[in-house]
Amino acid sequence: MEYKPVLQTLKRIGSWIVFPLLSVGDIVGRKTGRNMPRLTLAALGIYLYIYVLGSTGVFNGYVMHIINLSLIYVALAASLNLINGITGQFSLGHMGFAAVGAYVSGTFTTLLFKLNPSVPGAYLVFVGAIVAGGVAAALMGVLIGFPSLRLKGDYLAIVTLGFGEIIRTILNNISYVGGPRGLLGIPKFSNFTIIFAAAFLTILVIRNLVHSSHGRAFLAIRENELAAELAGIDTTRYKVLSFAIGAGFAGVAGGLFAHLLQMAHPTQYGFMGSVMVLIMVYAGGVGSLTGSIIAAFSLTFLSEGLRGVLDGLGELTNLPLGDLRMVIYALLLILIMLFRTEGLMGNKESKLLMLPEDKR
Amino acid sequence: MSALLSIQNMTHFFGGLKAVSEFSFDVPEGVIYGLIGPNGSGKTTTFNLITGIYNPTQGKILLDGKDITGQKPYKIVRSGIGRTFQNLRIFSSMSVLDNIRAAKQYRAKSGLLSSVMRLPGFMAEEKRIREESMNLLEVLHLADRADDAARNLPYGDLRRLEIARALATQPRLLLLDEPAAGMNPKEVQDLMKLVQRVRDEFKVTVFLIEHHMKVVMGICERVKVLDFGTTIAEGKPEDVGRDAKVLEAYLGRKGAAC
Repeated sequence: MEYKPVLQTLKRIGSWIVFPLLSVGDIVGRKTGRNMPRLTLAALGIYLYIYVLGSTGVFNGYVMHIINLSLIYVALAASLNLINGITGQFSLGHMGFAAVGAYVSGTFTTLLFKLNPSVPGAYLVFVGAIVAGGVAAALMGVLIGFPSLRLKGDYLAIVTLGFGEIIRTILNNISYVGGPRGLLGIPKFSNFTIIFAAAFLTILVIRNLVHSSHGRAFLAIRENELAAELAGIDTTRYKVLSFAIGAGFAGVAGGLFAHLLQMAHPTQYGFMGSVMVLIMVYAGGVGSLTGSIIAAFSLTFLSEGLRGVLDGLGELTNLPLGDLRMVIYALLLILIMLFRTEGLMGNKESKLLMLPEDKR
Repeated sequence: MSALLSIQNMTHFFGGLKAVSEFSFDVPEGVIYGLIGPNGSGKTTTFNLITGIYNPTQGKILLDGKDITGQKPYKIVRSGIGRTFQNLRIFSSMSVLDNIRAAKQYRAKSGLLSSVMRLPGFMAEEKRIREESMNLLEVLHLADRADDAARNLPYGDLRRLEIARALATQPRLLLLDEPAAGMNPKEVQDLMKLVQRVRDEFKVTVFLIEHHMKVVMGICERVKVLDFGTTIAEGKPEDVGRDAKVLEAYLGRKGAAC
């Protein structure tokens, strides 16, 4: 692939699609005093940009796959940010919720398409399955939300960690969903469009939620639970709600993940997965959705890049360097905690994700 | 005058320690009522019992004749008791305005869906909450700091912000836990005026704990003195100030080695 034509294509698409959309959004946004048109059009612009690059082959299938993965991580990191960063409930079992979504939706579609490969409205069925996976995960979130009523900080972290492991172990032992072999033969329904839509929706819903009475209840609980209770906030309800909503979106992300890889495996949803998402939240900035987006993309790309480099080096030197990836992540987290405790963005948001009425 | 808050025979144990002992009193509607006593005499415990942070081992708490004993704190707040804390408990990384708006959350009616979709009903409600909150900040001279993060405010402003947040829940009874703690004389003067103004403008009954005698003697219309969980005196501030038992509790007995 030549370097120059690629750059030209990028430029051309940018000036034809993205910038007009952005400026239209800007004008409409300023006229109506609302942020929605601007944000939606910006998202549409970015979507079309990547879509065109993908379909013209400028981004090959591998790059598109990593972009899809990144977007799934955006949804996972943003939803964990709601629980961890915005409501302040330390959760270490986020991948457990994703696993519930993945297995519920995966089992559903696999079964259906085994019975009848030419189901009418297959795509709608798939979307329904994803939503069902999200709902199942949200119910699980309610269940795990209850310990959070009694436990704080480290203790809650241990319970949620245990929850994630329980889910993984249960899946490992149900032969109906493949047991340790994993759930195989899930139809490939996830594509860039639906993954992008899901990631966008997750960000949008959480952003709007934060800027409402409900969101202020979440934030108040994070800041000082006793004071929140004595400001008339039903802290019990809001802590469980936060877990339910966060888990629901994680379930949707898990479902999309399973239908992207065409399989679901218990090891994908283990502790390391949850830590990965947690690193994204902390690297991006606790409470900042912009940070979660940036961190999800950069860490997913870094991870894939490292995989290539380390495997290459490993082959040359004949050492198992591939395993170094997790060491590098751990180092990264330590460095963030030492030198930039507040994460990349602190709790600031990009202008695009801010609402006109809030100045921070 | 009828009693707004009525405490009947309240007793509370921490393990074997009797923190509050068969405590009974009425706070009449519309007054500024002071509760004083040496350290460890059970003042803050009394507040924690009234606001439901602890459940009394024995006894009853009535707000305007309604039994609120043993209810959850947020329910007690909703039925009309607002409070501040001795050690500030501000939502420090939220904006000043959001501190107030958080306290108005329970009155908001928009559901999750309408909030997420930002429907017209939700937008109207947000606008109303914002206006109400700004008005409140105006009264407490905090309006120009509305968009600042609360943690950037000086100490005196934070004290006022806590009072504002308590008022935002629209209480009938306002509990102030040592509002003058850590204030300089000028700030204490302002606070005294503020408490009186708040009582008149918001039509609330004020019930305060204070160590600062000037505040208690200056603004309280009734005072109750507590020592080791029991009442040792009650009445008008000037009478209480002359009471022998009170002097003993604060200054020690005559002849005792200090």
